[in-house]
Amino acid sequence: MGETPHRSADAGTGGTRVTQSHEWPAGASARVAEAPVSTRSPGGAGLGGGGALPRSRKFGAERAFRGLTLAAGTAVLVIIAAIAIFLVAKAVPALRANTENFWSYEGWSPNDPEPKFGIGTLAFGTVLSSALALLIAVPVALGIALYLSHYAPRRLGTALGFLVDLLAAVPSVVFGLWGRDVFSSPVRDFSIWLNQHFGWIPLFGGDGPFGASIMLGALVLAIMVLPIITSLSREVFLQTPTANEEAALALGATRWEMLRTAVLPYGRPGIIAAVMLGLGRALGETIALALTLGITFGISFNLIQNGGNTIAANIANAFGEANETGRGALIASGLVLFTITLIVNITARAIIYRRREFTESAA
Amino acid sequence: MAKRVEASNVTAYYGSFKAIENINLTVEPKTVTALIGPSGCGKSTFLRSINRMHEVLPGARVEGNLTIDDQDIYDRDVDVTAVRRMIGMVFQRPNPFPTMSIFENVVAGLKLNGVRKKSILEDAAEKALRSANLWDEVKDRLGKPGAGLSGGQQQRLCIARTIAVEPQVVLMDEPCSALDPISTLAIEDLMFQLKDKFTIIIVTHNMQQAARVSDRTAFFSIEKTGDPGRLIEYDNTQKIFSNPSVKKTEDYITGRFG
Ligand SMILES: Nc1ncnc2c1ncn2[C@@H]1O[C@H](COP(=O)(O)OP(=O)(O)OP(=O)(O)O)[C@@H](O)[C@H]1O
Ligand SMILES: [Mg+2]
Repeated sequence: MGETPHRSADAGTGGTRVTQSHEWPAGASARVAEAPVSTRSPGGAGLGGGGALPRSRKFGAERAFRGLTLAAGTAVLVIIAAIAIFLVAKAVPALRANTENFWSYEGWSPNDPEPKFGIGTLAFGTVLSSALALLIAVPVALGIALYLSHYAPRRLGTALGFLVDLLAAVPSVVFGLWGRDVFSSPVRDFSIWLNQHFGWIPLFGGDGPFGASIMLGALVLAIMVLPIITSLSREVFLQTPTANEEAALALGATRWEMLRTAVLPYGRPGIIAAVMLGLGRALGETIALALTLGITFGISFNLIQNGGNTIAANIANAFGEANETGRGALIASGLVLFTITLIVNITARAIIYRRREFTESAA
Repeated sequence: MAKRVEASNVTAYYGSFKAIENINLTVEPKTVTALIGPSGCGKSTFLRSINRMHEVLPGARVEGNLTIDDQDIYDRDVDVTAVRRMIGMVFQRPNPFPTMSIFENVVAGLKLNGVRKKSILEDAAEKALRSANLWDEVKDRLGKPGAGLSGGQQQRLCIARTIAVEPQVVLMDEPCSALDPISTLAIEDLMFQLKDKFTIIIVTHNMQQAARVSDRTAFFSIEKTGDPGRLIEYDNTQKIFSNPSVKKTEDYITGRFG
């Protein structure tokens, strides 16, 4: 009602305007517009089809596409298998040559005539620095994401969101250098302050030197994973159905309560996925940690003393001077890192899967 | 439990667009009032300004005076969330919280109000679900997702969620438009029962529905596209449908326009 005459009137004025001011282009566009119509009409029987049903095509695009995807899928599996075989083949001789326990030995000297290396300290450092980084980054990232999606004015939100995405594009070596040359001195000062006032907590104990510590590494990591987590969760939060947000508001929820009732639960699987991606990046991060950590071998929960090491940073640091056994040992450590990442991912899947009844009906 | 809603000179904007102008209307407690009128005439806008949901949209604002039992709900000192708790709303499309079970959905409003005790929540949920004529259908699956119900059941779940917090006024924006005739009848019956306790204002495009459920009917209309919607006639439903005093109302009701 009401609308129809309005719309056609619009079209009418549009048409006359074109013909009046640009006679030639108008004619040209009319000719173009006619072309598809005239090609369709000779076919006679329209798209719905008349006469006998055509046979299914043997070599249509459908089949070609299916073949292509199958080939791609198979190729992925073959490549993965090849890599796995290669890695295991390299790692096993080095592990055989190891004269110490691979799991518990605290040190990494695989190039010696009597190779000694253990993954324990590296795995510990990897997990500790990543966990700490997430502990710092996740609350901040979720806060920023909620602000961008639900508090900031739309334009500001979009602009800031773009900036966050830019931050994700900064190469990790830049973060590493910045962490080592710039950020380390405030972190050192802060560490000394912590040590003076909270030295009785083992986390902040020790007698220095401070600075090139797990804390510095974790902070740099946190900054690096922040953009991914922020950007993905913001995307997820923006997808919350307006109807659900309004339902919460209409029940008398404040904005924060609305976020808690409607937005956060709805975004949960997305948040988990975002955190897992961040964790994946943190676990595998190489150069930034190789540049910021103090590189020691030892299991310690001390966060502020120089020290710490991770599997990936160790690979970056040790690969250059590694001999045959050394490379094998590093590859073995890489396999352990891969296993850690796999466990993390499976856990995340399990968490998402457990509530799928709810999340599926949400979609 | 039920309160009088009084609108005087209510005008609502979306940015610079004036959607409704100078609406004056009084809704008595424990009645059902139907808002009817052609699409785009501002029924939803008016409804949403009654519980201050209008202002949720960026740039949207309301002028004029809206009181509920003589309390100005747009007063500067009034807490918006308190207004919305007092004036519940059921939306056109059923919108249960997808991540919540049936039970959690019903008690969501109570939880927002700080009710934590399990026994209280359970009693309230049963009461609300019974009032919404849904209890028998869901009593064995309260832990299942609310979004797993049929459309009509979901809508009754949303009604249960709304009345669980015991509001004074219940607003319904085309609550049956996504439902089949049987669910529609169920909800109409429900409105009939609910008006013992609540003041109900319902937007509907269904004349028969307006005639069946409402005590009073307000007819909104617009002159032409782009003009603000106005209240054309407001009277007893019987009068509106048998002998309206404005020609435009008659045209609309008899289907000659709109
Ligand atoms: N979010 C919005 N932003 C801008 N204009 C809006 C918005 N929502 C509605 N309007 C406009 O306000 C006017 C009234 O809309 P409203 O939704 O209140 O109409 P209605 O009577 O509920 O119509 P319907 O029967 O189709 O639901 C319409 O012209 C509409 O285009
Ligand atoms: Mg509407």
